[in-house]
Amino acid sequence: MALTLNMTVNGKARKVTVESNALLSDVLRVNLGLTGTHVGCDTSQCGACTVHVDGVSVKSCTMLAAQADGATITTIEGLAAPDGTLHPMQAAFKEHHGLQCGFCTPGMVMSAVDLARCEPNASEEQIREWLEGNICRCTGYHNIVKAVKTGLTDMQSGGKVAAE
Amino acid sequence: MKLTPPARSAVHHPHAHDSALKHATGAARYIDDMAEPRGCLHTALVTSRWAHARLTGIDASRALELPGVHAVVTAADIPGENDVGAIVPGEPLLAEGVVEYVGHPVAAVAARDLETARRAAALVEVTAEPLTPVLDLREAVEKAHYVLPPSEFLRGKPGPALADAPHRIRGEIMVGGQDHFYLETQAALALPQEDQDMLVHSGTQHPTEVQHLVARLLGVDMNAVTVEVRRMGGAFGGKESQATIIAGIAAVLARVTGRPVKCRLDRDTDMMVTGKRHDFLLTWDVGVDDDGRVQAVEMTLAARCGWSVDLSPGVVSRALSHADNAYFYPHVKLTGLFCKTNTQSNTAFRGFGGPQGMMAAEAMMDQIARTLNLDPLEVRRRNFYGPEGRNLTPYHQPVEHFRLPEMLDEVLASSDYAARRKAVDAFNAKGGVLRKGLAVSPVKFGVSFNKPEMNQAGALLHVYTDGSVSLNHGGTEMGQGLFTKVAQVVAAVFGLDLDRIRPTATTTGKVPNTSPTAASSGTDLNGMAARIAAETIRDRMADVAAEHLGAEKSAVVFERNMVRAGNKSVPFGELAELCHVARVSLSSTGFYRTPKIHFDRTTNRGRPFFYFAHGLAVSEVAIDTLTGEWKPLRTDILHDVGASLNPAVDKGQIEGGFVQGLGWLTMEELVWDKDGVLKTHAPSTYKIPTARDVPRDLRVDLLADAPNEEATVFRSKAVGEPPFMLAISVWLALRDAVASCGPAGHVPKLDAPATPERILMAVQAAKDTA
Repeated sequence: MALTLNMTVNGKARKVTVESNALLSDVLRVNLGLTGTHVGCDTSQCGACTVHVDGVSVKSCTMLAAQADGATITTIEGLAAPDGTLHPMQAAFKEHHGLQCGFCTPGMVMSAVDLARCEPNASEEQIREWLEGNICRCTGYHNIVKAVKTGLTDMQSGGKVAAE
Repeated sequence: MKLTPPARSAVHHPHAHDSALKHATGAARYIDDMAEPRGCLHTALVTSRWAHARLTGIDASRALELPGVHAVVTAADIPGENDVGAIVPGEPLLAEGVVEYVGHPVAAVAARDLETARRAAALVEVTAEPLTPVLDLREAVEKAHYVLPPSEFLRGKPGPALADAPHRIRGEIMVGGQDHFYLETQAALALPQEDQDMLVHSGTQHPTEVQHLVARLLGVDMNAVTVEVRRMGGAFGGKESQATIIAGIAAVLARVTGRPVKCRLDRDTDMMVTGKRHDFLLTWDVGVDDDGRVQAVEMTLAARCGWSVDLSPGVVSRALSHADNAYFYPHVKLTGLFCKTNTQSNTAFRGFGGPQGMMAAEAMMDQIARTLNLDPLEVRRRNFYGPEGRNLTPYHQPVEHFRLPEMLDEVLASSDYAARRKAVDAFNAKGGVLRKGLAVSPVKFGVSFNKPEMNQAGALLHVYTDGSVSLNHGGTEMGQGLFTKVAQVVAAVFGLDLDRIRPTATTTGKVPNTSPTAASSGTDLNGMAARIAAETIRDRMADVAAEHLGAEKSAVVFERNMVRAGNKSVPFGELAELCHVARVSLSSTGFYRTPKIHFDRTTNRGRPFFYFAHGLAVSEVAIDTLTGEWKPLRTDILHDVGASLNPAVDKGQIEGGFVQGLGWLTMEELVWDKDGVLKTHAPSTYKIPTARDVPRDLRVDLLADAPNEEATVFRSKAVGEPPFMLAISVWLALRDAVASCGPAGHVPKLDAPATPERILMAVQAAKDTA
């Protein structure tokens, strides 16, 4: 059964007509062309598909798009300012080499930004625990944890943007 | 003409990954992110549910009735030759006559969308008569069930030397396999072109191989197939030969339907279908003197190859050539067994057999030390390669420029080893529930493909008349930072800022007949090829500059985006325009082949490696003797990357490689059931390290002031694989902790991966011995 859904995605009102079993990740990627949200495991364990639904991080590969009807969604593409200025968390990942192949990066960044909402002064242990739902196969997490620490600090200092 | 690096040095500087901004903003495109062309079809596979069976029928009629299904192909529909054997022929893309593992692709469906394709695949009826499979590695060893005959490395007379040795020690361990778990699953997009041509976007480390085999499958010449890859979301060896399966299926379906076809495997299918790291059964018989010095050794390295040969000859050869690790064996015989089992065909994975070979050496050293009540660290040091007379490897290559003795002193001091050793022993002497372990392990890794002919590379470089540079080479970007490093090399040659160099997607149309991006050789080979191309162009530009500036050519210097001679200069871009006006070519290829190397595969002798990369790790762990659970407490690493081209990228490789190795040896467990079904085919059951599983205290240092003695690109050393094996220190530390539960002289029995269950069993065995 086809459904027509209304959502606000990265600040824009979007209307999509999709099958009732369509996944949010597919609607974002295929219908809306927002391919920065990646699908790594198809079963909500690797975290590459993490987006924000009404400000809360969600693994979009196991959420039905229908559940997001009326919701406000932010994807990695919606995080930077319209003029291209990076969100402090994005800047921190770039600056601290918190990425290699980059496939997990959008999900990591989205997840880390939600950590700032829940625990703005998270300790290293809390950061590591929070990131358990986001798998990286390249970096060994060392630089990712460093990046998140910096990102959290920079978000508090009023969105100071790292140099470069 | 001199080379002076620009102010913000292009090389030896921690530049960000060339795609870092795109990665952080989601703008980096992987194959599944590319805009789908009109009429693009999607793929689902029909795979074997038998480990071994004779096919009696494939009925696709119900699948073809489903609206939206365009084709179901089987072996009979392949236009050319149904063979994707990478080294030896005989490995069909789609099963023909027999199926040889659970997951073996039998047919493939192309449909208008993924869901329809999957529904149709489920409707294809495959019938078969089951045959008896061989599923277990030990069973294959006992039955001498091989895909290839055994291979042997021999030096000296190990038999008599073993008989004469004061102590003779026999041992064995099982070392498990590993799934690559690249975050981006395997994917390809095939686009039919004019005539019989096919353009394939393939997530592969080996575009030339994909081109070659797609041409074979389609029955066309190689010049009719172009394979392109901009980036992969991780690969680790898994997208070398195995990528051909995915690209091949997409290309065959594209040919049959005449439409673009995308094939992206979901995670479960990827893990069920594609090959993994070889698990090994390692056994040894070693003779030592009272000080633990090896007199002679015989080892057997039995590899689970799975159902077919794939890249196993190279993997076993590298296992044999790393079963010495850092140690001199005066008399040695190493035997490699290519065991056939009815499981996925195992393949390349970071280290390519090297890690498994080193595990034999390190487990043996640990056993020697514990059996003789010696300090494992001292036994290692005593057995290190030394000066002439103690420097010949089992493949008869002398070990030159061996850096480990000095590096060992350095890392023992920086990690405060001696004091921590005492502290760990004192902690364990209290006899509590928690025990600690501390261990040091070295890595000596041979750099170059074992097969000399693979050590070549090409690059294609264009300078445009605005002074911007387009860079192409045969290497592929999988996250390791290759494109960044090679661009740094080109920037250094031209004295340009890095952002003037644009790395472009790897394509068989620009640089032909390439080797895979593997064996840690990506930068060594492609960096050198690109450097040669850049120097060719720079030389031509220098002629024009000399004339323009009225100077000797030898006085012309390229630096800081300018070209200077004495006190006169011209901007690089302006000089490019002048070259064009003077009808001087601003485009060049570059070709490089590694010097000095040779290897005779019939005698297993030669100099397969241009040089060695070295590393050392000191790891401390704690185990809970009541549950087998454990924690990594601290790891100190000192690693030799020569003169690092990019310290940030190199450290990233070291940290990531170490953690991937830690996963392999402690938590990643592949389990097949009695019918040969892989039960660990998703992250729900297959555990790779997360941010909480790694040492909080991880200290990584690059060996300082250590340019490569060999003339590599800017005297750097390869870094992709060697750090992976630093994780052996963690496995040894776990053994050390377990050993404290037993009496002196107790040798823990601990196979890899050392899961909590195995640790608990080893603790129990140690206690029972006491």
